[in-house]
Amino acid sequence: MSDSIETPDAIAATDLLPPAGRDLMARFRPLVEEREALLATGVRDPFSIVMTSVLSPTEAIIQGKRTILLGTYNYMGMTFDPDVIAAGKKALDEYGAGTTGSRVLNGTYQGHKECEDALKEFYGTDHAIVFSTGYQANLGIISTLAGKGDYIILDADSHASIYDGCWLGNAEIVRFRHNSVEDLDKRLGRLPREAGKLVVLEGVYSMFGDVAPLPEMVAVARKHGAMILCDEAHGMGFFGANGRGVYEEMGCEDDIDFVVGTFSKSVGTVGGFCVSNHPDFEVLRLVCRPYIFTASLPPSVVATAATSIRKLMHASDKRAHLWKNSRRLHAGLRELGFTIATETAQSAIIAIMLSDQETAVALWQALLEGGVYVNLARPPATPAGTFLLRCSLCAEHSDAQVDEILAIFAAAGRAIGHIG
Amino acid sequence: MSERDDIFAQIAEQIEPFNKKRAILTEGTTFAGDLEWDSLTVMDFVAAVEDEFDILITMNMQAEIETVGQLADAVAKLKAAK
Repeated sequence: MSDSIETPDAIAATDLLPPAGRDLMARFRPLVEEREALLATGVRDPFSIVMTSVLSPTEAIIQGKRTILLGTYNYMGMTFDPDVIAAGKKALDEYGAGTTGSRVLNGTYQGHKECEDALKEFYGTDHAIVFSTGYQANLGIISTLAGKGDYIILDADSHASIYDGCWLGNAEIVRFRHNSVEDLDKRLGRLPREAGKLVVLEGVYSMFGDVAPLPEMVAVARKHGAMILCDEAHGMGFFGANGRGVYEEMGCEDDIDFVVGTFSKSVGTVGGFCVSNHPDFEVLRLVCRPYIFTASLPPSVVATAATSIRKLMHASDKRAHLWKNSRRLHAGLRELGFTIATETAQSAIIAIMLSDQETAVALWQALLEGGVYVNLARPPATPAGTFLLRCSLCAEHSDAQVDEILAIFAAAGRAIGHIG
Repeated sequence: MSERDDIFAQIAEQIEPFNKKRAILTEGTTFAGDLEWDSLTVMDFVAAVEDEFDILITMNMQAEIETVGQLADAVAKLKAAK
């Protein structure tokens, strides 16, 4: 640059600009290019679907077409329940659109307490804390419970919110092979005996829709003196006599220290929670950052959640119909020649396994054009590098809709040459 | 052979079934760059190494390990601490 000062007329135009910084977005270039190449083949973007109107828990209009929804996690169909909607409207009128505040400051209304009361009754626990999302519930509880020097032992196929909860905290993180009791036992055995340990399990794993062997895992965790957290995001509403989750169905209620869940699946709105019988549980409200440093749920949301949770206590007929739907879809798809991630229907998630992105996107699009929406999932969200078309059933899907779904799958699978 | 050499040889043996690129293994061989492993392969491999040496390599530790040599150092340290 000193040359330029001596001979001003030689200053290049580029010298007048600030030095070219490193483009931090450059690391996403490979993904941008992969997507551009895929979309250039003429397929629709699986990750930018817009529902222009929603007709019911099981049907919406997508690009002008009436479409059966088979990928919403709206297991119990509570989104349009008349009582739930009435409760939300009433709260909106009486308490306004939002709280504009943290739960620990101005953001706890009567409705938040009533929602926590409904959870305590639903789960039969002494304590319940409501978070603004299920993601934040895992983020908050896991990062706060396990501190420096403690160990978190998690299943390799754990949800992103569990992994992120680990990274937000200061504990040491140890993974075991998916659903392997032996692997969990071995890893716990290698940890210092005196160290604090938190084993994190899920009732239903959402990618394959498989359930955890909870009794065996709980026994192993107890043997090594670990506390246990079970995420029942995909189990609530559907499993167990009271709909509490897989841990209830498998008889592990006395052994799980913390149950985490969400309002965005069976409950039919948004929000997250943790319930526990630990006598000091309430102190988490003062130390859990993802609980404190965010605004609380709007009054209408906690009102809809509380109403929905209370109705889910007595929803055994719906649970029975959801099982029927899940088993019918699983058996029907297998008969058509699709490969399913589980031998039998273990939950309301039925995952079709595909080996490559092209087939997955082609089938996904053929289904959408036929009138069925499913979730497309790809690595790294999926285990073992597979591409999945994930179907999740709803208790409100009628027998006739399941027939229609199977017919559309048959036509789509044949149209792209995936099944015979 | 020193104990460190033994460890390196044992690790090389564990890498073999995952070494689809037939990359030459040296102290400086990187898992992400030279072996081109994705996160799932890394997980399977780490589990295999943990079982081979009866140790635990936490995810916190894994985040710091980029090369085969660094892994051998970490395994030697974890074995010594047992």
